[in-house]
Amino acid sequence: MMEDIRTSKTAQDDALIRLTGLTKSFGAKRALSGIDLEVGRGKIVGLLGPNGSGKTTLIKILNGLLRPTSGVALIDGHAPGVETKSHVSYLPDRMYFADWMKAADLMDLFSDFYADFDRQKAAEMFSALGIRPMERIKTMSKGTKEKVQLVLVMSRQAELYLLDEPIAGVDPAARDFILNTILTNYNENGTVLISTHLIADIERVLDEVIFLQNGQIVRHDSVDNIRATEGKSVDQLFREIFRAVPYQGGDL
Amino acid sequence: MQWKLTDDRPIWTQLTEQLTERIVSGIYPLGSRMPSVRELAAEAGVNPNTMQRALAQLEADGLVSTNRTAGRTVTEDSTSVEQVRQNLAEDKMELYVTGMATLGYTETEAANMLLNRRRGNE
Repeated sequence: MMEDIRTSKTAQDDALIRLTGLTKSFGAKRALSGIDLEVGRGKIVGLLGPNGSGKTTLIKILNGLLRPTSGVALIDGHAPGVETKSHVSYLPDRMYFADWMKAADLMDLFSDFYADFDRQKAAEMFSALGIRPMERIKTMSKGTKEKVQLVLVMSRQAELYLLDEPIAGVDPAARDFILNTILTNYNENGTVLISTHLIADIERVLDEVIFLQNGQIVRHDSVDNIRATEGKSVDQLFREIFRAVPYQGGDL
Repeated sequence: MQWKLTDDRPIWTQLTEQLTERIVSGIYPLGSRMPSVRELAAEAGVNPNTMQRALAQLEADGLVSTNRTAGRTVTEDSTSVEQVRQNLAEDKMELYVTGMATLGYTETEAANMLLNRRRGNE
């Protein structure tokens, strides 16, 4: 059972994301297969699954970059599109800025595109990180580039933050910074959906987790509920559910 | 005082225990204002909703109360805090005694060893 101690809203008001029978195929391959899902407000939710389980496809549908083959995706009652994009802040799994741009250019870009972008907040975070406004992306380390993107995305007062692998490929210190930035900057009535396969690092900041396997949801529960009922961490449970059985050879 | 979180139990119960320890040990003094949920969550590196749930438990336990103007404050009832402290101390003693019993020591022997250790340290 999910408990929400902060609000007593009805279930209907509460669903920020509602997916019904959501299916996405690429040719013969089914990336998502009949997904039903409800996610409430004011939560940090982990979208967990091994590579190829459909995490990025799901995030791209929520962001309006892909269209469902069948089924319905709704954000706050609207299909993903122009209207929802003004309330959805998206961190792609790949950097999409030109590398000649400077930190200041990126802030200009976000100010132009998004009415909810808090430029001062972004500037303060850049300065806390020691990133100068005139610094070019080209000269930044991989970890710094990740941080720059996250600062921009989290400086919006969005209703929904879609973060696709925000902590992949950065060192533990940068990971702490990123998680801390998410914790201290998300809009309290907004929901953060984080896709990752690095669960141990992120488990403590999550309210709920969604396990995706082969395009289907195999579990959706709160972190503390999983720990209470299973007596183990979400990371350990993940390893059990998704354990690859080594090839043993011999007769089957 | 560092936050320590283990893998085998719900996070909120561990936070409740550690907040309780901070109150009985005087890190958060009687009648003082508690840090906000956000501050505590950031400090412990946990989700604010989880910290909120831990604080709600402290409220149910009567250790803190929420006041509209002052935020969340530690109770001023020193007897109830002392009671909680003694209960926790009994749990720790129980752990010690049962731990020593697995090594074959009686309770009296265990108690004497503890006293001798203290003398040795002084």
